[in-house]
Amino acid sequence: MLSIKNLHASIGDKEILKGINIEVKAGEVHAIMGPNGSGKSTLSAVIAGNENYEVTDGEVFLDGEDLADLAPEERAHKGVFLSFQYPVEIPGVSVTNFMKTAINESRKANGQEEMPANEMLKVIREKSELLEIDRKFLSRSLNEGFSGGEKKRNEIFQMAMLEPKLAILDETDSGLDIDALRIVANGVNKLKSEKNAIIVITHYQRLLDYIVPDFVHVLYNGRIVKSGGKELAYELEEKGYDWIKAEN
Amino acid sequence: MSKYTEDDLKIELETKEYEYGFYTNIESETFPIGLNEEIVRAISLKKEEPEWMTEWRIDAFRAWKEMIEPEWANVRYEKPDFQAISYYSAPKQVDPNKTLDDVDPELLEMYKKLGISVDEQKMMNNVAMDIVVDSVSVATTFKKTLGEKGIIFCPISEAIKEHPELVKKYLGTVVPQKDNFYAALNSAVFSDGSFCYIPKGVRCPMELSTYFRINQAGTGQFERTLVIADEGSYVSYLEGCTAPSRDENQLHAAVVELIALDDAEIKYSTVQNWFPGNKEGKGGVYNFVTKRGLCETNAKISWTQVETGSAVTWKYPSCVLKGDNSVGEFYSIAVTNNYQQADTGTKMIHLGKNTKSTIISKGISAGKSQNSYRGLVQISPRAENARNFSQCDSLLMGNNCGAHTFPYIESKNPSAKIEHEATTSKIGEDQVFYCNQRGIPTEKAIALIVNGFSKDVLNKLPMEFAVEAQKLLEISLEGSVG
Repeated sequence: MLSIKNLHASIGDKEILKGINIEVKAGEVHAIMGPNGSGKSTLSAVIAGNENYEVTDGEVFLDGEDLADLAPEERAHKGVFLSFQYPVEIPGVSVTNFMKTAINESRKANGQEEMPANEMLKVIREKSELLEIDRKFLSRSLNEGFSGGEKKRNEIFQMAMLEPKLAILDETDSGLDIDALRIVANGVNKLKSEKNAIIVITHYQRLLDYIVPDFVHVLYNGRIVKSGGKELAYELEEKGYDWIKAEN
Repeated sequence: MSKYTEDDLKIELETKEYEYGFYTNIESETFPIGLNEEIVRAISLKKEEPEWMTEWRIDAFRAWKEMIEPEWANVRYEKPDFQAISYYSAPKQVDPNKTLDDVDPELLEMYKKLGISVDEQKMMNNVAMDIVVDSVSVATTFKKTLGEKGIIFCPISEAIKEHPELVKKYLGTVVPQKDNFYAALNSAVFSDGSFCYIPKGVRCPMELSTYFRINQAGTGQFERTLVIADEGSYVSYLEGCTAPSRDENQLHAAVVELIALDDAEIKYSTVQNWFPGNKEGKGGVYNFVTKRGLCETNAKISWTQVETGSAVTWKYPSCVLKGDNSVGEFYSIAVTNNYQQADTGTKMIHLGKNTKSTIISKGISAGKSQNSYRGLVQISPRAENARNFSQCDSLLMGNNCGAHTFPYIESKNPSAKIEHEATTSKIGEDQVFYCNQRGIPTEKAIALIVNGFSKDVLNKLPMEFAVEAQKLLEISLEGSVG
């Protein structure tokens, strides 16, 4: 589904990604781990089409289509979803209104009618239950005054609403206490299917106890330096990132 | 698929013609240009006004001649040549007995373009429309329904003839002829406008609505509005404006007076969308308006305005809280784009005891525009326990626009409680990217963010206006993120 080939990306003059290769098939969960500053968040931003980063070489394909010329919203319409590490606040715009706009924009782009209000309400009810979200929460301004945990839970709620083909969870575990982590992971697992794929970006193995990856990649200094199965995450946890740094 | 960038968006916006920029060729009767006592008398004669009204105008004109244009506002523009304007223009063949059915077909066509076709109006079961096209009211509906309640809603020219006692008693009591340069000019030459009287204890059953429109080239428009809510009555009044696109600047100097007697309430809502000028800052309406309301005991006046148009705006809808326990409110959204300049705000004059005022102002600046909030909260020595809350928020888009806040507070009573909050923020790239990532294109994302920013004020508008206002915000700001 997602095919990243020799991806190089820079911000300003600084090259951050130095030749990334990843293949993700439908139904798979991939974890990308690595120390701070290794390029994990840059990778997610580049896949989502953030224009602050310049792709200097290589390609990103989604279902065989080159994403290079697609704007961020066009990538979203094709099913790319990014759960932000730091979700932004939009004062005065309720979670419900935001989701309604997002869903209908995607439907419009894909030649569908707007979602009828009653159906929208039904989906909202279902998905908020899935993530154990109080419905009052949905009429609050998007991310304004949300706790760290609420923000992350809200990101996964949006993922549930949008049903993306490819979901990238960028440090979704940071700021979550253990109960919230379980709820969020539980939600993600329920959304997992044979048709979609998930990339989990994290520092720690902790989240991977709940969202079990099929593959683990270690990103260091802009390159994938190690790939393996879920046992690689445990090995990392045990030996620490110094092990990787020493080898490279 | 090629990438659609902000630059493309900007080009699209710039080439987009002003949506309501068309010109209807109605045969008009227009006075020669220039202003002197003869012209003032001629206007009065044309309107078949009584002697006292003519004299009232002449007084105003004499005062105006001695006055100078105010220069304290934070706006720069070429001063109009007041001798190059024609002060009267009316569509021909106005027949007071005419019904909507036999209105000039070209006018009907114009209403259609404006989205207020007469057919539509008839179907709008809750809104009575008094449409001012080029100074003379040509269509008035729902008069009968209102008449049954004793409500008077008619062109002010008609009120001067039919209800002289009311007009004589209240005209100029809130905005005196000599109040300021533009008010004096308006008092001398006003051609028409609306008059509304709600009798004691009557709750007006529908929103009263007026659409103003500048049509004839080179004619200024000087409306005069007088709304009187008698004791214990209630009225909600809507005013909406659109203007056709023109190369030369057009002057718009209106006066609105509201009088809320004991226990009465007036809600006055405005959506202003006069032609803002083109992207180089050429053309556009000069909007120099004086709006003021007087509250007697326990009375309440709310001003709500959405200002998206005009090249230069100079406007301060104010409340004189004369009676004890009276309440004044001001809710405003002012949007400026390209080279627009707005200097707008309010004055809350607390005279009575326990008077309360609220000011919520949202300024949005984009392009190379300048947006200023100017407000005065004045507490007089005998206004015991007066309270004011003011909140002024500014939203900036891009790096070439300006937002300014000039709050004045004068308190002469130690028991007063005055709060003022102000914020300035910028639409962030990160906010736009977040929306993009959820599938929301940049233009829509900005509309969403701006609507969120303006929500506190949009919520104060009557339903049908809120929808129109939201659309206007979108149109006014398309492609302006930087």
